[in-house]
Formats: sequence, C-alpha cells, structure tokens
Amino acid sequence: MWADLVALKRRGPRYLITTLVSPILYLVAFGWGLGRGINLNGTSYLEFVIPGIIALTAMTTSFNGAGTRLNVDRLYFKSFDECLMAPISLTSLLMGKALIGVVRGLMSSVAFLIVAMLIAPHIHIGPQFLLGLLLTCLTFAFLGVLAALLARSHEDMAVFGSLILMPMTFLGGTFFSLSQVPVGLKYALYALPLTHSSLFLRAAALDQPLPWGSFWILLAFFVAFLVGGMVTLKKISI
Amino acid sequence: MSKMIEISGLNKDYSGKKVVDCLDLEIGHGELFGFLGPNGAGKTTTIRILTTLTKPSSGLVRINGIDVAKDPAHVKSEFGIVQQHLSLNRDLTIGENLQLHARLHHLTRKERKERIADLLDYVELSDHADYLIDDVSGGMKRRAMIARALIHRPKLLFLDEPTVGLDAQTRRKVWDLIRRMNSEGTTVFLTTHYIEEAEALCQRVGVLHHGRIIAIGSPLSLRQNLGMIAVEMNLNGNGTEYRYFADRAKAAQFIETLPSTERVVMRESNLEDVFIELTGQKVQGGLT
Repeated sequence: MWADLVALKRRGPRYLITTLVSPILYLVAFGWGLGRGINLNGTSYLEFVIPGIIALTAMTTSFNGAGTRLNVDRLYFKSFDECLMAPISLTSLLMGKALIGVVRGLMSSVAFLIVAMLIAPHIHIGPQFLLGLLLTCLTFAFLGVLAALLARSHEDMAVFGSLILMPMTFLGGTFFSLSQVPVGLKYALYALPLTHSSLFLRAAALDQPLPWGSFWILLAFFVAFLVGGMVTLKKISI
Repeated sequence: MSKMIEISGLNKDYSGKKVVDCLDLEIGHGELFGFLGPNGAGKTTTIRILTTLTKPSSGLVRINGIDVAKDPAHVKSEFGIVQQHLSLNRDLTIGENLQLHARLHHLTRKERKERIADLLDYVELSDHADYLIDDVSGGMKRRAMIARALIHRPKLLFLDEPTVGLDAQTRRKVWDLIRRMNSEGTTVFLTTHYIEEAEALCQRVGVLHHGRIIAIGSPLSLRQNLGMIAVEMNLNGNGTEYRYFADRAKAAQFIETLPSTERVVMRESNLEDVFIELTGQKVQGGLT
C-alpha cells in the first residue's frame, strides 16, 4: 500500500479533479436538471440524490482504485508477481491492495461531499454517515480486488464493470426511491449492495431513522468479498 | 552439503499437456548456470515453480535445502529475480522501487537506506535515483531491476532474459554485473535466448526440450561432445548443411572429399551449433 500512497500523493490534485467530474455531472443532470421542482416526502430531489451520488462515487472509486489497478498490475505489468514472491502474508497483501481502494474512495467521496454541502447545506454529516461511507468503500474495494483476482484478461474486468457496476449505478437506489418501483423489482434491487449503501447514507444524511438492516447486509457483503478475495488469492499462490 | 537448487522428478501439466516432464536438475552453491531451450520448452514454467508462483503437479523442489512446496514463505527470502518483462512500478522512481522491495522484505529503515545507496552505486544509478521509471533508458531499467532483486541479499538470483532488448554496449555492462555478483558468491540461474550470452557467462548450461533436460554440462564439454570444428556446406541455394569434427585435420580431410563447386566454411563450433543439433531448431529471438 505504501507504493500506492506515494503514487497517489504524486498525482493527488489531478486524481481529485478527474474523480469529481462524474459525480458533479450526475448532480447537475439529475439534481438540478431533471429533478428541479420534484419533492419527495418533504425533501427536495437535490437533497435526496446527493447521498445516492456519494454512495455511487464511493462504489466506483473504491472498486476502480483497488480492482482496476490490481488487474493492470497483475495481468499487464506483472508487478503483482513481485508481491507474490515477497515474504509477506497473503492477508497483508490482500489488505494492502484493498485499502488503497478505500483511501481513494474516501478521498473522492469527501471531496464531492464538500462540493455538495455548498449546494445543499442541510445535509447532515454525522458519525453514522461516515461509518456507512467507510463500510461502502471497504465493501467495493474488496469487490474490486476479488474481481481483479478472478479476471483472466482486461476484457473480463470491463465485462464485470458493464454487467455488475453499470446496472448498479442506475438501479441501486441512487437516483430514485425504491418505493416507486414494482414489488418484484424492489426485491431484486435489494440484492445489490449499492442499494443498501444508498439507503443507509441517505437516511443518515437526511436525519431519518437509520435502516440498520441495510447496514448489516452491507457488512455481510463486505465479509463475503473479503473471504472470496482471500480464497482466490490462496488459489493463485502456492 | 545441500545444493542451492535440487529438482527431482518435477512434472507440470496444464489440461493434460505436459510442460515439464520428469525434470531432474542440481545446481551447486556459487554456480552460474544457464538454462536454454526453445520457446515452449518449459523454462518459464520451471522458473515459476522455483520462485513459488506456480504449483508443480508432482516432484520435489528444494532451494538451499528448503522444500518450496512445504515452506514457500521461507524460500521467498532465499532468492531474488529479474524477470524478462519490466516489472518495476512505473508510478515510482528508481529509488522508490528499491524502497518498496526493501519494505516487502521487512528491512529496517537503516538497512533500507544503506542498501539502497550501496546498490544504486553498484549498478551505477546513484545519479538517477529520483527519476521515474518511464524517464530512463531500457538499460537503466534493467540495472534497476537487478538492484531491486539484490536488495535483500539473496543467495540465489534468477535472471530471466536479463539482456533482452538491450544494445550491445549495455548488454556487456549487464554481463559484467552478472559476473561480479557471481564472483561475490551469488548463485545465478540464467535463462537466455542469446546463446553467446550463455557461452560467455555460464559455467554450466542445461538444454531443455519438451520439458526435459536433454543435455547438461560446461559449454566446452557440450561442444566437445558435438565436435570442436564445424564445417558449413552451402548446398547451392538449397540451404546449409553442417558437419562436426573433433579437430581441424579431420575436418580438412572431409572437405577434400567434397566436390569443388560446393562453398565450404570451416570454423570452430559454438553453443548454438550444440543447441540446434540437440533441439532441431534455432533459438527464437536470438542468433537466428
């Protein structure tokens, strides 16, 4: 993780600017554009959508920060082999590769949050919100590591992004309330980790009763991805 | 005393296809050993098994007396490797790459500082420590990889095509470095496509073909087995035929029996002749 932090420090400002482009575009297009004038149970759509975009930002930056990087190091530069040949435990290796995703996820989310707070100052940022954000970053960073370890090519990673992340981006309760969708679809959407992240962060940000069930489900996803990553790493090393 | 590398009955197959076939090999402490073979002979797989990256299907591998399959964590401190492809971290400088490797090998801050300075000096890169990897030449990258591989002072160094893609001058520099490391006691296991490299550097070479060692010995003894003198006969545009003789007198005697129209060259045989005779093919990427 030390090397990733050195690289991140070197590219910090550029990284922050590029990582803020997508969430700000979502904010402008959905929050100010489509959602202007929409009110959801007394909450403006802008305030409703901001926690969803934060969950989305945390997901994509954590996943890419850990997974895409590992995938390139493993399959293109082969520098991951150097780590596998070093006398370090697989647990340390897994943690290091995932935690850089968490750092990147938190950096981007907090940067977006600062921008969002200028637009919607009523958003409440408390310990529960930060806890939910940290768990979101952990969950998707470990999912990124798992995907990168399972991928046999860069194409596999792109397919994973298209089939898993992209649908989650738009269906994971980020831009609309789950109460608006048919019952069958609603249950299907509850199977997505981002849905629980959005629900928890939104409730925390809007000072509503916290859906702790979503928190525990997200925690279960995190544990599952961590264990999956460990098992896969054990399989690819001797 | 145990050998530095002991391989016994090593097999590796992928989906039923044997890549390494009952390989036996012993390499002594302080030896500079060359591992030759055409593409697909099983060299890379063997190195991956030796360096804990690939699990063998069966067989025994020991490095410095340690069983690689049973104690991979311990074995990892015994060797260093310079891979064929550039495996340096491109986001880091040369110095930071060494720093990273030193950290992975749990060196203390003081050890890291001292060894990085010593090694950069050793590979003549002290002035380039703060250069990003993409800002230095191929030769410098290769020397940085060698320095990185030596940071934890391994007893055994694997060099997988260490001079591929380098110009002649830089290649000679790397050769000097390899000789120097070996003379200081490091056992070197070298794979190369450049036959003259193996001939110039190695005390012993093993020729791998279809996953098996088909010849092993010093470059001189392998040449002696084949014949020290080679006669090349140009078959009037239909390729070249080679014959080998123990000495010049016998070769000259043979040449006298040939029709005068034939273009003939008499020269000393080399390791490439040995390789081609044994495997029936030239080494791709090398002196082809």
